[in-house]
Amino acid sequence: MSIFSKLTEKPWLAQPEGQDPALQLTADEAWPERTALKFLLATISVLFSLFVITLLGRSQLPDFQVLAGEPWLPLSDRSGLWLSTGLLCGSSLMMQLAQWFSRQHLAKAVLGALTAAVALILLFLFAQYRVWLQLANAGFGFTDTAASNYFYLLTALHGVHLLGGVIAVLPVFLQLDKQSGQTLPRTLTLCCWYWHYLLLLWLLLFWLLTSPAQTLNTLAALCGFGEATL
Amino acid sequence: MTMSAGYGDTQQHDGPGSFWTRYVWSQDHKVIAIQYSLTAIFVGLVALVLSALMRLQLGFPGQFSFIDSTHYLQFVTMHGMIMVVYLLTALLLGGFGNYLIPLMVGARDMVFPFLNMLSYWTYLLSVLVLLASFFVPGGPTGAGWTLYPPQAILPGTPGSEAGILLMLISLAIFIVAFTMGGLNYVCTVLQARTRGMTLMRMPLTVWGIFVATILGLLAFPALLVSAVMMFLDKTVGTSFFMPVIISLGEQLDYGGGSPILFQHLFWFFGHPEVYIVALPAFGIVSDILATHARKNIFGYRMMVWAIVAIGGLSFVVWAHHMYVSGMNPYFGFFFATTTLIIAVPTALKVYNWVLTLWQGNIHLTVPMLFAIGFIFTFVHGGLTGLFLGNVVVDLPLSDTYFVVGHFHMVMGVSPVMVLFAAIYHWFPKVSGKLLHDGLGKLHFWGTFIGTYLVFLPMHYLGFLGVPRRYYAMAGTDFIPASAQSLNSSITVAALVVALMQLLFIANLIISLRWGKAASANPWHATTLEWQTPQTPPAHGNFGPQLPTVYRWAYDYSVPGARDDFIPQHLPDSAVAVDDAQAYAKAGK
Repeated sequence: MSIFSKLTEKPWLAQPEGQDPALQLTADEAWPERTALKFLLATISVLFSLFVITLLGRSQLPDFQVLAGEPWLPLSDRSGLWLSTGLLCGSSLMMQLAQWFSRQHLAKAVLGALTAAVALILLFLFAQYRVWLQLANAGFGFTDTAASNYFYLLTALHGVHLLGGVIAVLPVFLQLDKQSGQTLPRTLTLCCWYWHYLLLLWLLLFWLLTSPAQTLNTLAALCGFGEATL
Repeated sequence: MTMSAGYGDTQQHDGPGSFWTRYVWSQDHKVIAIQYSLTAIFVGLVALVLSALMRLQLGFPGQFSFIDSTHYLQFVTMHGMIMVVYLLTALLLGGFGNYLIPLMVGARDMVFPFLNMLSYWTYLLSVLVLLASFFVPGGPTGAGWTLYPPQAILPGTPGSEAGILLMLISLAIFIVAFTMGGLNYVCTVLQARTRGMTLMRMPLTVWGIFVATILGLLAFPALLVSAVMMFLDKTVGTSFFMPVIISLGEQLDYGGGSPILFQHLFWFFGHPEVYIVALPAFGIVSDILATHARKNIFGYRMMVWAIVAIGGLSFVVWAHHMYVSGMNPYFGFFFATTTLIIAVPTALKVYNWVLTLWQGNIHLTVPMLFAIGFIFTFVHGGLTGLFLGNVVVDLPLSDTYFVVGHFHMVMGVSPVMVLFAAIYHWFPKVSGKLLHDGLGKLHFWGTFIGTYLVFLPMHYLGFLGVPRRYYAMAGTDFIPASAQSLNSSITVAALVVALMQLLFIANLIISLRWGKAASANPWHATTLEWQTPQTPPAHGNFGPQLPTVYRWAYDYSVPGARDDFIPQHLPDSAVAVDDAQAYAKAGK
């Protein structure tokens, strides 16, 4: 039943005894964790959207200089970022494999894939740290330019969310042998959602933070930023 | 259709054994609700004392040496932030949301009890961090509750060192706490309703809390974003919100940021926050009016739609708080229009409340008095909001007492009226005792008349041009001397209102200790929380079997039925009928 059908019900009308449609409904299997994750991802999306919108707004102020687009700018060489992107893709793939193995009841394979997923996340964070060092050595430390403010802030926040995912998945490791045949695939399905979501988020951030000024100007114009709004 | 009949039945029903797990580290939604409520009421009393101190200065300037201009600004700031976030949001959602959602939808508990417990303790931590700012060098921030940069973090503003940092940290912790609680509320509503409890059979209280929680989950991130960025501006010297500043002839290290950006973020949270507080209040007042008027709520479906519409519209009106900051004229037109549009579903709710009362069998109980009082204060506060929603009217009035009068009526007094209505209404279920009726009525009339004596004259002061936030008037010859007399009378009224709240606290304590025992359903209400086998409800709420719901929540005074209420869990075959023909004609 669609949300519109639900909202147009007339609850004040009595239903004949034994024919109440509300009592005839087959109950969906409850999965509150899935619902919670959907809302959590919506909340995180709003959080990052707002950061991105402030970046677009800030990019229209006169002192803003992008970090890429010209050969002398630090992120014109994106090899470090491509490496970390590869690691994150690998982590997502491993998490997907763990979920698939759990459906096949391959406990050892699940453990291996999960371990690899977590290890790749930690490697990703290390790779991001290397990019930070590279930026700082090039004279683009956290507080040096407006664009680097955003680079460090957004990558750090993304990293914090990844670490949150790692912490959330730790109990799965600890209870791997205790989880029933049905529980584990469901848990790992949610882990997959979260992992893939953070990968997509990273791809978006990667694109934005290494975009040339013209791209940011176009996006800012689409969001209605101009001198009158800031 | 998500109908998780008996989801909660898979949970353990045995209550926790030890004192610590039962009352301190409890995962029972009712205990957590009481923990939330007591903490919120305590911190609200702190804010009440701060407002009394502010009023002493305004009513009798210079008479109290311990209130200097620094302290005054700190009182203003902490009063505002505590009342809006740490009292109203926490009490309405953390307190009433926690207590009522599982009981009203027929669940045994929240779907994530451990997360729920964590939510409370995180909230308590946020309160402690906030209160700690009273004891650090420089004291709490005095930047005003809106915390506008650049002044909020620059020397010259009270508490611009540790005070503002603790405020920002506390807000961030609060948002984490709210997110944990909020996920619980929405998931419990969507996943743990009992058999027969369709969305459109839910009481409006649950609808209000449900939509307000979604608003919170989507709006609080804006406050978190602004808090994080301002924290970095202050601590590591970024310039997200800080423009080029020359202070005492020297250029500061900041440069290039936009303070207006902060305002957009703050109000993108700030306006939905009004409805995060208002929507649960709307829902609660609807249920109390129907119960005590012995009449079904008028236009139930419209009330639900209005709650949803107000929730959606609340995200597109934020910049009406920023007319004086300057904006593209088309933006001003847009936000003025959306502001007027949101008045439509809001007005619809007011009409429906009045029509619910029309020809009802009105019982002037204490909860009902507060609920009716709310209609008055909300209409007054709402109408002045229409004034301020228009750019040309807002500009001259924006920084005057007119705005103080407006938002206190609509967002201060009105939700507090509903909070009192709700406490008087559900106290018998929570405690098993009845609150003292005489003390309750005295509390109502003192609060209702007193708040009018406080806030109605403020509108007039605003028209005279009395500015808000000022510690003392100077160089304001255009304001007649009589304005000061009015200010003094407001202070006297405010102190009386504050004393009335002590009466309320006394009533709570006296009734808990010596009050009459309450029956399971003293108001003869229809909703599920009144149908529990024990009062107060035991762990697991509903005994061995969860109730099945056969009807909506508003079967009051049904023609032909013997009783003037039919509980939601009663099937037609169990309803005592005196006049079967009339009963059948009523569609039952």
